[in-house]
Amino acid sequence: MELVSPAGNLPSLKAAVDNGADAVYVGFKDDTNARHFAGLNFTERTFEKAIRYAQDKGRKVFVAINTFPQPDGFQRWKTAVNQAADHGVNALILADMGVLDYASERWPDLRLHLSVQASVTSADGIRFYHENFGIRRVVLPRVLSVSQVAHVITQSPVPVEVFGFGSLCVMVEGRCLLSSYATGRSPNTYGACSPASHVRWEETVGGTNTRLNDVLIDHYGDGEKAGYPTLCKGRFQVGENTFYALEEPTSLNTLSILPKLKQIGVSAIKVEGRQRSPAYVAQVTAVMRAAIDQCMQDPDGYLPKDQWMQKLAEVSEGSQTTLGAYHRPWQ
Amino acid sequence: MNTMKLSLGPIQYFWERQRVLEFYQQAADSAAEIIYLGEVICSKRRLVKLEDWLAIGTELRQSGKEVILSSLTLLEAATETSSLKKLCSNDEFMVEANDISAVQLLSAAGKHFVTGPSVNIYNGRSLQLLARKGLKRWVLPVELGLETLKDLQDLRPEGLETEVYALGRLPLAYSARCYTARSHNLPKDDCQFKCIDYPDGRLLKTREDQAFLVLNGIQTQSALTHQVLEQLPELQALGVDVLRISPQYSGTLKLVEIFDAARKGNELKPLNEKLLGLLPLGACNGYLVEQAGMDYQAEVSHDTQKVV
Repeated sequence: MELVSPAGNLPSLKAAVDNGADAVYVGFKDDTNARHFAGLNFTERTFEKAIRYAQDKGRKVFVAINTFPQPDGFQRWKTAVNQAADHGVNALILADMGVLDYASERWPDLRLHLSVQASVTSADGIRFYHENFGIRRVVLPRVLSVSQVAHVITQSPVPVEVFGFGSLCVMVEGRCLLSSYATGRSPNTYGACSPASHVRWEETVGGTNTRLNDVLIDHYGDGEKAGYPTLCKGRFQVGENTFYALEEPTSLNTLSILPKLKQIGVSAIKVEGRQRSPAYVAQVTAVMRAAIDQCMQDPDGYLPKDQWMQKLAEVSEGSQTTLGAYHRPWQ
Repeated sequence: MNTMKLSLGPIQYFWERQRVLEFYQQAADSAAEIIYLGEVICSKRRLVKLEDWLAIGTELRQSGKEVILSSLTLLEAATETSSLKKLCSNDEFMVEANDISAVQLLSAAGKHFVTGPSVNIYNGRSLQLLARKGLKRWVLPVELGLETLKDLQDLRPEGLETEVYALGRLPLAYSARCYTARSHNLPKDDCQFKCIDYPDGRLLKTREDQAFLVLNGIQTQSALTHQVLEQLPELQALGVDVLRISPQYSGTLKLVEIFDAARKGNELKPLNEKLLGLLPLGACNGYLVEQAGMDYQAEVSHDTQKVV
């Protein structure tokens, strides 16, 4: 199983490579990718350095161009594809079928992966992208149980990559409009969810309110640690109850099921977090590297070490982790 | 310019079987020319089965309606894929693909199809590609506005019809998790079919009592009802072919009458007043004017309605 780590800048990319990532995925500094945050991502110049650093050490670089261009911006997505291809990228991670159509026509030999943002959860869906654009890998959304992932793998015409660790989207990726409903900006159109431009932290008597475009996402009492107002991870009222109606602040962690993922034929494990620090990338990559290596050597004797779990919990949302949809009772 | 057609979208909620049957008996006499049928949210909702939908469709067709069968939006279990194959292999009605899996099955079988609002068509190249695969009509993704629609209409291949989600709570997200069950502290596998108690979805409010979202099983919708009545002249001018009204538990056919009156040129302002009175919790239209989807721009901007 290949380990695919995130990098939002050159120090993170180096951290990923130095700590054992087989591949690192990055994005350019615009809305062509789903982590379009201020101060993040690569210019053409830093991208060139990134490619050289990784490839000199025998590692791969993937570029995520995984948002959905509208007609007036389509040229930016073409430029991103061409820029990545010109510099010898190992694969593009694409979501929009228009961009896939362009990339497969303009760069027929370039390796294309289907982004999680393409929102494909079945072998028939994968076949559409394989037959039309020759994709060579698919990243599955975080909505399938382990047995459902296993079933897709047996039918899929291409190898399958799944998420192994990081912030958890609880909605099927690529078809979640919660953020644009509240702010006008979504992952699909703008490359960001619950964008910082619309976030407000408000000190009140007795605590802190967190708002997204004025909508109250959560209220924290004095002494309670306030989290970032990601829309699906706030506390709301349903009926008589006020609770995390959609999901708690928590991160996905698959260390406990790595042998199972190997057994069902998962080809690559992805770590979420291009927006996180180089320290996060280093820590998570090192743990995942050690875990995957141990799992490959001795899948039957494999057990996640307490020390690994602790290190991952330290960098998790709300310091807690979950198996998410992989584990049926979560659903 | 042709008059825009009206469609009834698939029922997104879980209604009693009898209510579904009555609804379509009434719809047969409505002004809607196109009717989409089928379960698009949850495969556990089986009070109305494929055979029933086919029978309802046959009757509606006899009443002169164009009938389309809508496919499940989020596919997870292998049984759902099998059901989808069965749906796509029906020889009676065209299918609305709500997921790319259905697009693949239908195009491989050489059949024409419609794409629903959850198939991501954001640019001309996607539209042209799918038209080559057999796309006959597409629904504009709900988060896109009039400016993008205009560009897409300019790029749309000849003969392809454009449909706009004109009235209904917005379909915003889909998950592996069932939120209605969760709101009752139940797991999805033991949901006890709680959705039946919420025929317009279960309201989610902020801690300031702002009506924000609606939980509909694995789907999350807007609490406000998206409605584009006041933008009808613009949509007409952009060559939109079909306006979709998404069924709500009561008043849907009155809403169809209002849209019918509007497309025939009746004054929009009083119709809009009447429409607002029929919505469960109020209106929004922000997406259409390139704003946050929950916003509501009440002013009518187009020339024909400049009543000072």
